[in-house]
Parts: sequence; structure tokens; C-alpha cells
Amino acid sequence: MKDHIKILSPCGILGYGFPKESFWKGMADSPDAIVVDAGSTDAGPHKLGANTAIVSRQACKKDLEYMLVAGYEHKIPVIIGSAGGSGGKVHVNWTLEIIDEILEEKSLKPSKIAVVWADIPKDLIKEKIKLGQVSPLGRTVPELKESILDETHDVVAQMGIEPILEALSQNADIIVCGRAYDPSPFAAVGVYYGFDEALSYHLGKVLECGALSSEPGTTKDCMMGIIYKDHFEVYPTNPMRKCTSVSVAAHTFYEKDHPFLLHGPGIMMDLESCEFIESGEGHVKIYGSKLTHTSPYRIKLEGARKVAYRTIVIAGVRDPILIAKIDEVEQWVCESVSEQYGEVDKAHYQINFYNYGKNGVMGPLEPHNTAGHELGILFEVVARTQELASMICSSVRSTFMHFGYEGRKSTAGNLAFPFAPSDIEFGAVYEFSVYHLMDVEDSKALFPIEYINKESA
Amino acid sequence: MTKLVELAKVLRSKNSGPFEITLDILFEDVEVYKRVACSGVISSKAIAALYQLEEEEITNIVFFKKALGIKITYSRKISSGTVGDRDVYGAQQHAPLMDLLIP
Repeated sequence: MKDHIKILSPCGILGYGFPKESFWKGMADSPDAIVVDAGSTDAGPHKLGANTAIVSRQACKKDLEYMLVAGYEHKIPVIIGSAGGSGGKVHVNWTLEIIDEILEEKSLKPSKIAVVWADIPKDLIKEKIKLGQVSPLGRTVPELKESILDETHDVVAQMGIEPILEALSQNADIIVCGRAYDPSPFAAVGVYYGFDEALSYHLGKVLECGALSSEPGTTKDCMMGIIYKDHFEVYPTNPMRKCTSVSVAAHTFYEKDHPFLLHGPGIMMDLESCEFIESGEGHVKIYGSKLTHTSPYRIKLEGARKVAYRTIVIAGVRDPILIAKIDEVEQWVCESVSEQYGEVDKAHYQINFYNYGKNGVMGPLEPHNTAGHELGILFEVVARTQELASMICSSVRSTFMHFGYEGRKSTAGNLAFPFAPSDIEFGAVYEFSVYHLMDVEDSKALFPIEYINKESA
Repeated sequence: MTKLVELAKVLRSKNSGPFEITLDILFEDVEVYKRVACSGVISSKAIAALYQLEEEEITNIVFFKKALGIKITYSRKISSGTVGDRDVYGAQQHAPLMDLLIP
């Protein structure tokens, strides 16, 4: 067994980009694998619902080109987690097409590509619902109903290390994972080489964000991780950054509900008693990561459904008399519109106002709900169809524009539209309809691996 | 009394999954961390009042000395990116914390 192994993480999300020099510097330190996370639910349900990516195709291709060429030349595996952003079938295929293009253009001939799928059949989820083995992840997430599942676009689940370990054991040169728990593709490399699982997962947690846990932190630069028998070490490969004991310790705060207890597929990490020791030149060594296996093994399901269509208008208000009574006027506008369209069921549409400069960002949670000398108003109509949304929105716009509120002096118009036309059709609106944990008997069975043998092709 | 924004090195908000928002307050200096952590100002009662939440909507308030940080997590009223949400990434919900006065 090796005394240590090194993993290079080029950036926090595949396609975010990284300085070439940082990447070459990392490669010069002879990593044993290049691993990158491509996923996130951060940008909202739209990507899962509408099958779109988080980065442009060009951005993804540019990053992948460096990684695939370097991996091929150094004969080390390249692993991509949560391919395409959401890790569903369409997103994985999008990534595979880009990979094929690069292999062709660069005349690379890897012997084996493994694809680990993460799409979960709805029929299976329905069975699990009946068995009481599906539970909401979070107190405001509703119980999963079959009807909601039927309306949901494809469902994915976050894989643990197990299927990735299998792909590594089959000597795959490139492993493209569907939706994965962000640290899993990194942790799999550590565990594959026989290193401690807790250290491997904790290292994965740090590396999945690129150089974010260094100072100055960024997801758009490279980070190296080294696992030893009883600890791991991280450092940014860009000399302008460095890791500190606090920057690495504080990293687990990022986007997580708890700073030292982290839940993953079949595991819980406990990082409370870790020691973070600066070892010079921006390197930090970490000791004492703990991990327990949870029973039953639970995987996180993610899915989105289309809930409505939206049309929006952006406008400005500068009149102080109107600003002083903006909330009332908006209320009256809504009432007037519903009277104008008495024949349309009010349950079929919703009118919302976002008053930027007052409480646009925080809405009802805003503690300083007062307006400045001008307001930016965004209003939207969400409705069952695009046609209905646009019809109602056009009425909201014209009613608001000419509304004769009490005390009004500006009798020619209430809104400054920056653009003509003013009404913008936005398209579909989605919501996360599946965000649940599901019990599984086998950590690998739902993540089938497909091998693409390039040599025999 | 000093405003929290003047004591914290990092003061931020972000989604922790699509159904929660998490607030992070990180410090550079252990003494400053202790001053804030021991002041009693950061409590579920105070945060609930500041963010107009019920106390049970706050799922975590954790003080983590090793990382010189405090984490507060609460349930979103509307999940990320759907109808009525105002902050898809949850990245601009931290500002009210800045004005908290620390003795």
C-alpha cells in the first residue's frame, strides 16, 4: 500500500474555470487522480426541471480539456461528480458528448470510460413510499405523494462512494458520475487506495469546492489534497493563496446546516474534535475526522416539477406621493384586475410585487421596511398557462400605469418602464417537489455502471 | 457596544439545501469570537425576533470555537427558486445580523 495518495481538485464546479498555471503546478506535484464536482442545487429547481446546465457548454469543455489531457498523459483517473450540474440522464449525456468531442479532437484513446447513472425509477420510489421508507428532508418539506411524484420530472439520487469504488476497481480511466454526494467522488479515491473512510470523506468535503477553503477563497482555482494513514493535508496550488487552520476548519460551515455534523449517503461525519495544524507554505494538516455508518442506508432524492408560467414587468417609481402609499396602490391594482377578469378563477393566477429599494430582497422578513427616494418595482403574474400569465400581466401593467390613487398629481402615468416592450414572458416556473431521504438495502444497486470500452470500439 | 458587522470577518447567508437558509458569522480572533459567543446576544429568541420567525423555524444555532464561527440555520418560508421566492441562492439574507449590538 502506498504511504499517501494525492488528489487534485481543479475548481469548485466543472466549468467555473481555473488558472492554467495553478493546474500545471498541481500536475507537477504528481496527483494520483483528478476529481471535480460539477453539481449543485443552489441555482434553483429549474436545472433539474428543464434539463439545463449550470455552466455553458464551452465553459465545461474548456475545463474538461485540460483535465482529460493531463489525466491521459499522467495515466491517472479523471472523475466527474454530478455531471452536467444536476446529474440526471440528460445532464450525464450532455457531459459524455463533450468528452467524446475532446477525445476526438485531442486524439486521446482512454481504454475505459465508466458512467455511473443516478436516475431513480419512479415506480421504485412509489413502492418505497408504500413501505414508509421515504421521508422529507427538512421540516418544511411535505410528505412525498404519488401524485406529486407523477408531476415531477426525472428524479435523481446522490450516490455514496460505493459505485465509484467499483468503477475504480475496473480500472476506468474516466468516471462520469450522475448525481453524487459532493464529497463522494473524492472520498472514493482515498478509500480505493485503502485509506481511512472518515479522512477520505472529510478531504472530499474540503476539495469539492476547489480553493474555497484557502485565503483568499475561491471556487475558481485548484486545491490539492493528500491522504496519509492518520491524517490528510490540503494546499492551494496557486502561491497567491494559502490555507490556514481557521480557513479549513471554517470551510464545513459553507452551505451546510451544521458546522461539524455532516450527513451523507449511509454516513454521518463528525468533525468536532478535528485538529487543524498549519504545516507551512499554506499547507494545513487535519487529524481526527470521525465517521459513523448510519442504518438504514439512506440516499437523498431530488426532483423538480413545473408549477406555473410567469410573465414579468420591470418598472421604476420616482413620485414621492406614490412611493408613500405603494403597498396600498399595489393592493388596489390587484383588486381592480380581478374585477376586470371576473370570469377567470382567481385560483388560476397570482400577482406578486417586489419593491426593490424597500423590501425587495427580504419581503415580509425585512426589518427596515422603508423606501428611498425611488423604487424599482418588479411585478409578476404566475398562472397555469403562459397565455393567462401574459393576459393578466398586461392588465396589471396598464392598470398600475394609470391607476388614479387618492392624492395623485401625476395624472399622466405612474411607472417608468426602462424597456419597450415592457412585458417579458419568462416561461415555466419549477419547484423542488422531491427532496426526500429513501431507505435502500444496497448502496450500489440504484446506481448502475455502464462501461464504454474505447479500445474495442 | 459594537455592531456585529464591525467584529465579524465573514457575515453571510446561503442556502443549505433548497428548504433552508444558513447564516454564518466567522471571526479572525478567538477573543472577539468569545466576546460575541458569550454575550448572549445570538440566541434563538433574538434571531426569531430579528427575522420574524417562530423559534421552532430555527433548526440550528451552533457555536463552533475551533472554527471561530457561529452558525444559524432556519427553514425557508418558500423553497429556493419557486413562485414567491426572492433570493434563489439565499445569498442576501444576512444583512439584519450586521446591526446587532454586542456589549
